Amino acid sequence: MKDVAVIGIGMTKFGELWNKSIKDIFVEAALKAIDNAGVGHIDSMYVGAMSGGLFVGQEHIGAVMADYLGMNPVPATRVESACASGGTAFRQAYFEVASGSSEIVLAGGVEKMNDGVDVTAALATAADQEYEVYNGITFPGLYAMIANAYMHQYNATREQLAAVAVKNHHNGFNNPNAQFRSEITIEQVLNSTLVADPLRLLDCSPVTDGGAAVILCPLELAKQFTDSPVKVISTAQASDTISLYERESLTSLKAVSDAAVKAYKQANLKPEDIDLAEVHDCFTIAEIVASEELGFFDKGCGASAVEEGKTSIEEGTIPINTSGGLKSKGHPVGATGIAQVIEIYEQLTGQAGKRQVKDARIGLTQNMGGSGASCVINILEAL
Amino acid sequence: MITPKYVREIPQRYRLEAAKCKNCSYISFPPRLVCPKCKSRSFDTIRLSDEGKILTFTIIRVSSDIFSHQTPYGVAVIETSEGAKLMAMIADTKIEDIAIGKKVKLIFRKIRDEGVSGIHCYGYKAVVI
Repeated sequence: MKDVAVIGIGMTKFGELWNKSIKDIFVEAALKAIDNAGVGHIDSMYVGAMSGGLFVGQEHIGAVMADYLGMNPVPATRVESACASGGTAFRQAYFEVASGSSEIVLAGGVEKMNDGVDVTAALATAADQEYEVYNGITFPGLYAMIANAYMHQYNATREQLAAVAVKNHHNGFNNPNAQFRSEITIEQVLNSTLVADPLRLLDCSPVTDGGAAVILCPLELAKQFTDSPVKVISTAQASDTISLYERESLTSLKAVSDAAVKAYKQANLKPEDIDLAEVHDCFTIAEIVASEELGFFDKGCGASAVEEGKTSIEEGTIPINTSGGLKSKGHPVGATGIAQVIEIYEQLTGQAGKRQVKDARIGLTQNMGGSGASCVINILEAL
Repeated sequence: MITPKYVREIPQRYRLEAAKCKNCSYISFPPRLVCPKCKSRSFDTIRLSDEGKILTFTIIRVSSDIFSHQTPYGVAVIETSEGAKLMAMIADTKIEDIAIGKKVKLIFRKIRDEGVSGIHCYGYKAVVI
């Protein structure tokens, strides 16, 4: 297998993009990535998209996007793993380059969610339709069940959950592409509308339109295109039960720890070697549990770690979600895994502005589907 | 979201039938063709008792459109007395009485009406006892 590098990035602003179609959104992000990398062509492309069919009535996303990007006849493949679609598309693009079968490959993701459909029902298709969703559960509800179990088992507090949202809004304030560029307080989180007890509106990532894309090539060619390539040093993926109720532990996300073990082994790293991480904070409790499964904190200590500032840019031992995370940056589900890679690329190349983590050399992305039935982790290193 | 209509002919929804692995005794609900624990493909069909306890729960305040006339309602992960686990809506219980560790009884109820013609869909719910 060849070593693989990321040589260019591009994304749209995340938010409510009422005047842009799903094609416009993807093409804008992809063109930015192609121009940023300075490549004249691509050999292949992968598009992460959770549910074009449900959100805007459009499937066959790979072909649609290749056509509107003016890239026919390059092969274009849509990758779906619910909210982990983007990270999984990146992983497939990595393999196509690493195998030597293509040189310049685009990995992108897109979702257009603000167009009037029942978003709660569309997102719930990532859970078991017949035995979870049939009985009235929603996605906030599934993570709320994890939150209740976690608070019960570890005596974690509502304020500790809220601290995740406050931190991520603080980071997103300095991200020009973020959907919500506003600081919030613990009190605002605790007084926001209940969605699924104990989770409130400001515990939840928003409904977002957005696209993101990166360009990968063999490391040996990367210097032709950029002075600052970022090497992909590991990519790992794992699966777990589709239903939350069937898990042995309701306070764990086993697909995250299974993928993390593989990812660290591939890169020959330990959790303490990671300088910063983009973690899938679809809900505040998700960031807490995932940060434990990634090995950054012991089980049951993730909640207090946030409150103590251990995950902040300013004083953290492991800054988490410097981009603002899904919570503040927004969560166009298919694009999220790619946007995570973009944040790590900007950090490792010193382009993160006021969000910059000092001396960042190794960054990790953790992208998760459903209530944790799928997880993909990518680790990147500055050269 | 429309549930595939074949589920109306699946017995586990009406009789709480589960599959007990002949090799490792793990109980799968709903029944599976492959045991998730030991990969065995041999099972006994058992009927779950209607008694269990709440492992975790939530109160849904914002639902998908199909349940919106029922909010707020509780949904819980239940462990039955056999050790099988399932997810069920809570019925006939005050919201403040739903808690982790509470005992429940599983009952047969209408779950929802689907589609333009309002097809009745039935299944199990849990009552805190």
